[in-house]
Amino acid sequence: MTNHWVDLKNADVIIVMGGNPAENHPISMKWILKAQKEKGAKLLVIDPKFTRTASKADLYVPIRPGTDIAFLGGLIKYIIDNELYFKEYVINYTDLSYLVDPNFKGPEDLDGYFSGYDPKTRKYDKATWKYQLDEKGVPKKDPTLKDPNCLFQLLKKHYRRYTLDMVAEITGAPKEKILEAYKIIASTGKPNKVATICYAMGWTQHTVGVQNVRAMSIIQLLLGNIGMAGGGVNALRGESNVQGSTDMGLLFHVLPGYLPTPKASWVDLKTYIEVNTPKTAEPKSLNWWKNRPKYIVSLLKAFYGDNATKENDFCYGYLPKLDDNTTYSWYDIFDAMYKGKIKGFFAWGQNPACSSANANKVRKALSKLDWLVCVNLWDNETSSFWKGPGMDPKKIKTEVFFLPCASSVEKQGSITNSGRLAQWRYKAVEPPGKCMPDAEIMNELYHKIKELYQKQGGVFPDPILKLNWNYGDKHVDIEKVAKEINGYYTKDVVSHPIDKKTYKKGQQVPSFVFLLDDGSTACGNWIFSASFTEAGNMMKRRGKEDPTGLGLYSNWAWCWPLNRRIIYNRASVDPMGNPWDPQRPVIKWDAQNKKWVGDVPDGPQPPLAMEGGVLPFIMKPSGVGTIFGAGLADGPFPTYYEPVESPFKNLLYPKVHFNPVARTYDSPDDKFVVGTDPKYPYVGTTYRVTEHWQTGVMTRHTPWLLELEPQIFAEIDPELAKEKGIKSGDKVIVSSPRGEIWAIAIVTERIRPLIVQGKKCHMIGIPWHYGWKFPKNGGDSANLITPNVVDPNTFIQETKCFIVNIRKA
Amino acid sequence: MGGISRRNFLKLSLGSLVLSSISIDLTPVKSYAATELKIKNAKESTSICPYCSVGCSIIVYTKGGKVVQVEGDPDSPINQGSLCPKGASLLQMANNPYRVTEPLYRAPGATEWKKVSWEWALSEIAKRVKATRDKYFILKDEKGRVVNRVEAIAHVGSAALDNEECYLLQKLMRALGLVYIEHQARI
Amino acid sequence: MARKALLITPDLCVGCRGCQVACKSWNDLPAEETKNNGTHENPPDLTGYTYNRIRFIEKVNEKGEVQWLFVSHRCLHCGEPACVEICPVKALKKDAETGIVYYDKNQCIGCQACQAACPFNIPRYDKNGKISKCHFCIDRVKAGLSPACAKTCPTEAIKYGNREELIKEAKAEGYSVLYGETELGGLGVVYALKASPKEYNLAENPKKPENLIAMGQMLRTLIEKGVALSPSVLKDIGLIKG
Repeated sequence: MTNHWVDLKNADVIIVMGGNPAENHPISMKWILKAQKEKGAKLLVIDPKFTRTASKADLYVPIRPGTDIAFLGGLIKYIIDNELYFKEYVINYTDLSYLVDPNFKGPEDLDGYFSGYDPKTRKYDKATWKYQLDEKGVPKKDPTLKDPNCLFQLLKKHYRRYTLDMVAEITGAPKEKILEAYKIIASTGKPNKVATICYAMGWTQHTVGVQNVRAMSIIQLLLGNIGMAGGGVNALRGESNVQGSTDMGLLFHVLPGYLPTPKASWVDLKTYIEVNTPKTAEPKSLNWWKNRPKYIVSLLKAFYGDNATKENDFCYGYLPKLDDNTTYSWYDIFDAMYKGKIKGFFAWGQNPACSSANANKVRKALSKLDWLVCVNLWDNETSSFWKGPGMDPKKIKTEVFFLPCASSVEKQGSITNSGRLAQWRYKAVEPPGKCMPDAEIMNELYHKIKELYQKQGGVFPDPILKLNWNYGDKHVDIEKVAKEINGYYTKDVVSHPIDKKTYKKGQQVPSFVFLLDDGSTACGNWIFSASFTEAGNMMKRRGKEDPTGLGLYSNWAWCWPLNRRIIYNRASVDPMGNPWDPQRPVIKWDAQNKKWVGDVPDGPQPPLAMEGGVLPFIMKPSGVGTIFGAGLADGPFPTYYEPVESPFKNLLYPKVHFNPVARTYDSPDDKFVVGTDPKYPYVGTTYRVTEHWQTGVMTRHTPWLLELEPQIFAEIDPELAKEKGIKSGDKVIVSSPRGEIWAIAIVTERIRPLIVQGKKCHMIGIPWHYGWKFPKNGGDSANLITPNVVDPNTFIQETKCFIVNIRKA
Repeated sequence: MGGISRRNFLKLSLGSLVLSSISIDLTPVKSYAATELKIKNAKESTSICPYCSVGCSIIVYTKGGKVVQVEGDPDSPINQGSLCPKGASLLQMANNPYRVTEPLYRAPGATEWKKVSWEWALSEIAKRVKATRDKYFILKDEKGRVVNRVEAIAHVGSAALDNEECYLLQKLMRALGLVYIEHQARI
Repeated sequence: MARKALLITPDLCVGCRGCQVACKSWNDLPAEETKNNGTHENPPDLTGYTYNRIRFIEKVNEKGEVQWLFVSHRCLHCGEPACVEICPVKALKKDAETGIVYYDKNQCIGCQACQAACPFNIPRYDKNGKISKCHFCIDRVKAGLSPACAKTCPTEAIKYGNREELIKEAKAEGYSVLYGETELGGLGVVYALKASPKEYNLAENPKKPENLIAMGQMLRTLIEKGVALSPSVLKDIGLIKG
């Protein structure tokens, strides 16, 4: 989230698309309904299914799954055609006036492709996807927005055919509802009106997932809604600490704090720093990533302690390097495992046998392992895969270790919510039986592996033996870990370059501003720096003050970065530092005292128009919000492509059915259909319900929740039900090219057929919370029938739209 | 209702209403004529709900080392004391008969789990990690560049862990040379 | 202490059912073994172990638009509770201070007369045949806490407070129909609505059984005569349907 949960109360328009807060984040409705009730905010829900969120909407627009970019592209066109964008904002704070390389061509020129497409590799050469630079290297601009190569004109051209009629034909949404939604959203392109967007996996689980989010980001930039209270682009996210686990680098491509994982070609620290430290010629850009060297060096110091010295490149060589042309993402793991290349596997607090799309492939892949370690509270479909449906345990050679861990109330530590707020959890009770806190399992495992290498030697033991790991023999001092994450001085620093003060070895660094690239600071995750300072553990704070009335609650726990509650907040003021909306001032320049008041600003520098002033988007080398997404795999502008599996044609670009660079896999168990198959004439979609969580391992084992939603269901419309002779409560079989599952039919008006390209589009919705293991008659995972075709940027799968059929069991 | 024993209660419940085997103390069921507040004199610990990502603060009430009630924390500016059904059900996460409470091992070809000790389980896992790592470790790529990685071991998880644990886990896995490090955020 | 009430506003309810679970958690009530009956609503009815539930009402309005209403189903804590009046052993009680209709299972003889008398068909019985229903978390209320359902409700769709104040507030907020304001001596659970109660599947003009006093008198006489009252006896005398 750019903003935070309580901030939803500040919005004038709340757009819910690709998300379902009432069911998946129920407490958010406290703030959404408050905005509706107390200030007459409008709640818009755009969703294939009439959800519990939709039940509270001022306007509900049904839409065919996977057609979001058509809807949003039409909205961009509407905003441009009617000149409803926030002109001062877009000129000052975005790249809308920037000129793009004249050799850049888009789908309007190239039948659905961008310039640089190579059909053989199914990849883009992005050489032409760039700004025109002047002799100093600064992007050229045309503030009149008239230059044919300026982004405004390119955007206009790109979406020129996304007319209301076209959008209705593609999405199946009624034209008048689309227009009504456009009017409401575009009404916030004024300084004193703000819209927020709440999205989640309804946008990310597509082969165009990133572009769904980008389309809305472009809209929010055009309307000047980013940085504002009640605005922003808000990923609701799905798990209690998915923000924190991402921040901490439990992903193949990033180390903690979004430092890229080293690649083979970045042979030493110097190369790493050169490649990854952006430069800018833009005089007013703060270009925050210029600090990257401090963060990577401090991270290496946290990893390797005193062993990391300037002379040995701070042990950079110890870090594993990715092959430059290989990805190591979730679906790559199971593909490699399926092909026998992975021998050992840790599934720590995860149930991939149910959570992974095309779960049958995963279940088969697990049987190819030599050993599997599962750490969980409950035995589940992954740990017990060897006795699952269709498995013959006697033939499965995989050794499985199940390690029972402590639940969240049986240990202490912090977790980070979607609003980047890190809050502390205290231990309430001891774990039951022999269950152990996860940190202690990690600690013991490390010590045992280290001991083996110490005793026996082995291949390249240094990264293990020289690891800076002193958290206690058995019991782990969690606060010590939290302190390492914040960062500390590794030696005395006399006259620190930032404040000329002296800091002692072992002292906590006050914030990442104080990190250094010479090895005198260690920091496990720079974005968390300031979370645990000499003043103590900030994440434990429980201050309830809200002086602005905007719900920032700056003394409640701690928020990254630097306790900034709304990021990009410099965009909430005009170039003189006055809030665009004086009623909702996130920050404000106090000219007399020459400082900002309100939230922690994105940098203490004066407002843009003043001497020493900087642009608001400090993480971008350009300093502005970027409408031109030059770094993406699938094009700088969101473009409408059909889902890989779809019974409909791509009306906008008939020559390109689906995202031309979407990733697919090719084993015998990677079954998918490009386009349509008469055997599967309906559109399937998966989702979650309030009462369960993810694969349901926690909630299926919670009787009070199982009571509420005891069995897998399939929601279908009454017309299709009649045609198939299905009644509510009947057992049905839902099939796809991957296989079939049974479910209980819920026949409902809430999932009505839409008219798409002149024919009926029936949809079938299934939750993915169930698994064969427990309860006995609950059903199995909906992911047995979903496809593992993935987004080319994030490698997230397209589980929100695929082809299915249904019959009475 | 006097004091119907738990055993009798279970026997009685074999009709259409089946008592789940959840380990809630049902004896005696409150009469509601005069009852003592069940959280009276309980210890209060604050925590954050482990389900979705809203970050609702909860109060865990314990007595004699046992969780007796979980409620929303009224001090939280986010949830202000309220909780959804998942948050409201956390008593059954803490007191849950289905939890696995000792390490288990399944040998190749075995049809059942076997209970094992932590010492044995972790030692055996460490041996397998070392053997696999040593056998498949890639010191240099085909261009002769140092890569120091192992592709034969993969790890997933977890967004269910605390920040400090996530940090430790990636540190451990990267120290071992893993590149296949992923978790829920990818799906 | 003034008369207490729960103000239920279905317009604010998102159907999360935190109230159902919070009730079970506070009252140590076991889960029921349910199945999906082709609806999200579950358990399908109140039982001796389910004191409150949300009814999921799906309809299509005159404009052809879908509506999904969530309405709390539970004891309404009548101002003139027929169950209390008929109970031959005074196991059911009305708290003079708060107006809460509660009970003492130790006194209950399981005759089920209260169910026959209840205008809303609320009383249920546990496996020992003893009265079970929402008791407004009287233990919490007496300790100065709000009932578990109201405490947990994310959107104030269930709001606890002084009855008069809640009604006043609801009227000020523009709710034209306050179901329960006057019915049966004024209910302790009041619904704030913008349409007729019928739209929310609430019983219109609920009435106590006409011969309630006579029935109560008869039951007490039977007890005096040494008859062990039970559901079968009540069936025999035609008080409850068999």
